[in-house]
Order: sequence, then structure tokens, then C-alpha cells
Amino acid sequence: MSAWEAAGARLAAGEASLVSLWAEPGAVHLALFEKGELGHLAHDCPTGRFPSLARVHPPALRLERAAQDLCGFIAEGLPDPRPWLIHGAAATPYRFLPVEGENLHEIAVGPVHAGIIEPGHFRFTCDGETVVRVEERLGYVHRGVETLMAGAALPLAAQRAGRMSGDSTVAYALAFALAAEQASGTAPPARAVWLRALMAEIERLANHLGDVGAICNDAAFALMHAHCAILRERVLRASAACFGHRLMMDGVVPGGVARDLSPAGVALLAGLAHEIRAAFAPLARLYDMTASLQDRTVGTGILHPDLARQFAAGGYVGRASGRDFDARRTPGYPPYEQLAFTVPVLREGDVNARIMIRIREIGETLGLIEQILARLPEGPICAAWRQTRGEGMALVEGFRGDVFVWLRLEGETVARCHLRDPSWFQWPLLEAAIKGNIIADFPLCNKSFNCAYAGHDR
Amino acid sequence: MRKTLLQDLFARSLTEPLTRPDSQAVELARALDAAAQRQLGRSLSIRALDAGSCNGCELEMHALSNAFYDLERFGLRFVASPRHADVLMVTGIVTRAMRVALERTDQAIPRPRWVVAVGACARDGGLFAASPQGMGGVGAVLPVDLYIAGCPPSPVDLLAGLLALLQQKT
Repeated sequence: MSAWEAAGARLAAGEASLVSLWAEPGAVHLALFEKGELGHLAHDCPTGRFPSLARVHPPALRLERAAQDLCGFIAEGLPDPRPWLIHGAAATPYRFLPVEGENLHEIAVGPVHAGIIEPGHFRFTCDGETVVRVEERLGYVHRGVETLMAGAALPLAAQRAGRMSGDSTVAYALAFALAAEQASGTAPPARAVWLRALMAEIERLANHLGDVGAICNDAAFALMHAHCAILRERVLRASAACFGHRLMMDGVVPGGVARDLSPAGVALLAGLAHEIRAAFAPLARLYDMTASLQDRTVGTGILHPDLARQFAAGGYVGRASGRDFDARRTPGYPPYEQLAFTVPVLREGDVNARIMIRIREIGETLGLIEQILARLPEGPICAAWRQTRGEGMALVEGFRGDVFVWLRLEGETVARCHLRDPSWFQWPLLEAAIKGNIIADFPLCNKSFNCAYAGHDR
Repeated sequence: MRKTLLQDLFARSLTEPLTRPDSQAVELARALDAAAQRQLGRSLSIRALDAGSCNGCELEMHALSNAFYDLERFGLRFVASPRHADVLMVTGIVTRAMRVALERTDQAIPRPRWVVAVGACARDGGLFAASPQGMGGVGAVLPVDLYIAGCPPSPVDLLAGLLALLQQKT
């Protein structure tokens, strides 16, 4: 048995969890999380054929389909060889999986949705109002990011990484910078490390605030949405004032950060944290006290903890279903080892649990922002870049879950780069969570997962 | 909930007032409303379509509806169906997979309609212009009436852009 297949066996046995799987000409790569550490394995396949790991470990399925699309490889024994990311790649039309039975009807939704939403297609099979199955079809926003990354200059590649998913721009830019710094042996200065964490927590805060409001809005509770949107806007305005960009794009760069934070900025953010803490507490109570809202969220869209563990689902999706994982803690990266925070975990796995995880994380994130502001070290904000060849990888906890980046550097050029969104292991679970629910609850379930389309489609 | 609603009822409005001279967003929205009235004799309905953006532009389009900008008070609103729309606001590089969906959405909009390309990607592909998976912006697929610059454009930029469109047409 090759090292590749042995790794597959450990994944199937639950001894390791899958972080990512990707291909480049001549080799397939596997990143896994095992015994508290992030590991990497490359498998040479000069013929373009490699043994499918999805045969024994289903979470690898879509990643292997993507590897086939992007590199023309063949995953031998792949249970579902249809294309995934690239539409029209196959000679035959794309066929959805067959569903048979009496009284069933299909509903096709997307790629254009009724709102300001990213594009994707959902094929529902229903029995009356009850969803028997939903099959996702993604790839509509496939931008060929990894192809563009190969041969790109480091600053341009970093900007593109920051636009994998607009809501996670800091998380992606940080994961890219950490991987590049590992590859080159460049150490970012202490102040930059802390400013990066500050930006990452502000991004988490803004997104969680937006999500709590938007999920409640999908249960027709517009009041919460209106209030949360105000708080989110306050965070974005503070980000623009302190870091020059409402979403903080291009704020994290390889070697450090692009902009320093002034003493006035520190005061502004401290005031913001104080204000949000005061304003959000009554909103969290409001959520907890509104029976008509809880009636929609409790017991809806349950994701079983076994599936969350098997798929190594990150973020609030995993933590609401008993998976106690946070990349800031394990494998961990600076400065979080010097900061106090708890990682909330629930086991119910329903929409309510995914909201409660976010509500608790808002409190934790506010605490982190206050700690960082109080202890921000002085000094330079960017290190001189070391020109070397090398490989690096990083796992960063974005608001949605763990973002993974692997890259190979040659001087200041990116030879190859792979970016894996947390949604890769959350989208398949949405298909499982919706089963048996009424179709009218799909938007609610979908929003509680809030998976990325652009980030997933690359 | 009653307590929250009562508090809201008596709280100071966050919506930036029409007369405040330093509020760029609101000045523009009022001017836009007047121009829209001249053009269409009614309010302006916008259908948003993501044709390959990173989602950054969408986040800022969502922000237009919050209490600070309150887009709908000017009769500007995002609609679900292209058949109700006057403006097609497109974001993203226009991926090969979204090209047909974009064309079909456009065909479903009653004429006259205006096409607005939002953000750097929609203009010319932006940072992803070299992608073989992209068409290199909206202009390659549809006639564009206006580009709104930015990565992503702020809510204020979006309002300024819609104003420019109406002034160009009037």
C-alpha cells in the first residue's frame, strides 16, 4: 500500500481529518490534520492517474472531481466522475443523480437567485412540502484562480488571494501571507502579527453580526436584521477609518501589514467594541426570548455530529454539531497563544445552535479585540522579504471556518498555489441537513450554513 | 420584543438626514430620485446579478438597505424578478459558466433597461482579467451604460454611480 493509500485508510478510520486535496502537473497533494498537527503528502503521478481516496473517504469526492477538472487527472475508482468546477468540460450533458419514487417532484433553483446572492444551482426533489433530497451544482463562479496564481508575482498573488471570498478577505490574505512567509523564511514583526489578529477579529465580528441578522430575517424576523445591520455598518465604517478599506482588503501583505494603526484608531476601535457589546446584549436576549422565532430555528436543519466529524466541518457548522475545532487554538498561530478566549461548542446541530455559536463568538471576539488593543506591541509593521525557493502552508480560522493555503515560491514569484475554502466540507453537509425538512425552511438552513460560492468555486 | 420596538419608536433616527451637506450618499440619492422620476415617472427597480464576483460587491450592495443609507426611501429598490427591473446591476468578471444566465436575465428585463457594471471585475476583469474562465468583464457580453469603479465600490460610490447613469440619459 502506498503512502497515499495509507493516508486514505487513516482518513477512513477517523484517525486523521481531511484538510485538502489538490493536483498540479505531475503530482497530487493531500493535506491532513492528524494528532494535533497539519501534515502534507505529495503523491507523484506522472501518468496523471492516482488512486481515488473518495472510494474510502467521501469528503474527498468533490476535491477529486475538481482535481480531474483542473489538471486533467483521473482519480481511479472515483465513485462519481462527473465534472465539478468546470462546466461544459465533459462531452456529455451534466446529469443530476436520479431520484425514483411515487409522488416526487423536482424544483430547480438557480444559478440566478431572487436577491443579492451569489450564483449556484439547487435541484430539490420533494414529496409534497418535504425535501427528499437536494443536490447542489456549483462552479458558476469558477474564476480559475489557481491557474492565474501559477507564475504570478507575489504582491499580485496576495491581492488575488484576498479576493477569493470578499467576506473572508482578511482570513485569506492572512493564510496566504503565513504560507508565503513559511516558504521564504521571512518573520513578520510583532506589531504586524497583532494587527493581523485585530483585523481578523474585526472581520469575524462584522460577518457574525451580519449573519445573525440575516438568518433571523430568513425567518421573517426583520427587526433583528435591521439592528444587526446597523452594528455591522458601524464596524465597517470603523474599519475604513482605521485600515483604509471597509472590508480591510489588501491590509494583510506577505511580510506584515500594509497600514499602521494610529493611537486615534486604537481609541476608536476600543469605543466600538464597548458600544457593540452594550448594543448586542439586548439583541441576543431578544433572540432568546422570542418564541415565534425559536419555533423556526430550534430543531430545523439538524446536522448529525457524526457527519460533522467525518467531513471535518469547520467554523460554526462543525462547532454547532459537536466538533471542537478552532485553527486559532490547534494547530494555532501567533498571537493567539498569548490571548485568552474560549471556543463555544454545542451538540444540537440545528439552525438555533448555529446562531448560538455565532452569538457566543461575537462575545469572544469582542474580548479578543479588547485584549489586542490593550497589548498591541510597538515597532515596524513589515519585514524585508527573503528571496528563496520553498513551500509553505497555513491554516487560518476565518469567520466561516478554517481557510487552508498551500504554495510554492520561487523568489518573488508564486510557482503554484492552492486555496481551500471551509465551504468545501460544509456544502455537502447542507444536503444532509435539509433532508426531511420542509422546502420553505431551505433558505433558513442555507443562511445558517452561509457557505461561500466564490471561495468554493475558486 | 415590545420593549425593543418601543425603544426604536422613540430613538433618534440613524438614517442620514437629507439636508446634511456632508452626507454625500443622501444628496446623491435625492438627485437620483428626481432624475429617475423624469426618466420613468416612477421609482427605479434594480435587479442585481453576480456573474463571477468575490462577493465583496454584493456585501456593499446589501449595505445600501441598512438604516444609514435606507435606499428604499428614495424609491430605489432591489427586486427579485428581472421582469420588474429597470436596471441590471452586474458584478464579477462574467465567468464562462454564468454567461448564458446573464444573457437570459437581461433578455427578461423589459425595455428600456440600463446595464450597470459594478466593481473592478465587471469593468474589465480586474485582478482576474487574464483568466481563461472569464469573459473579461460585462462589456464583452452586454452593452454597458455605466461602470461604477471600486474594489468593491462603497455604498456611497454605488449611489453616485446610479446618479451618473441618470444624468447621462436625461
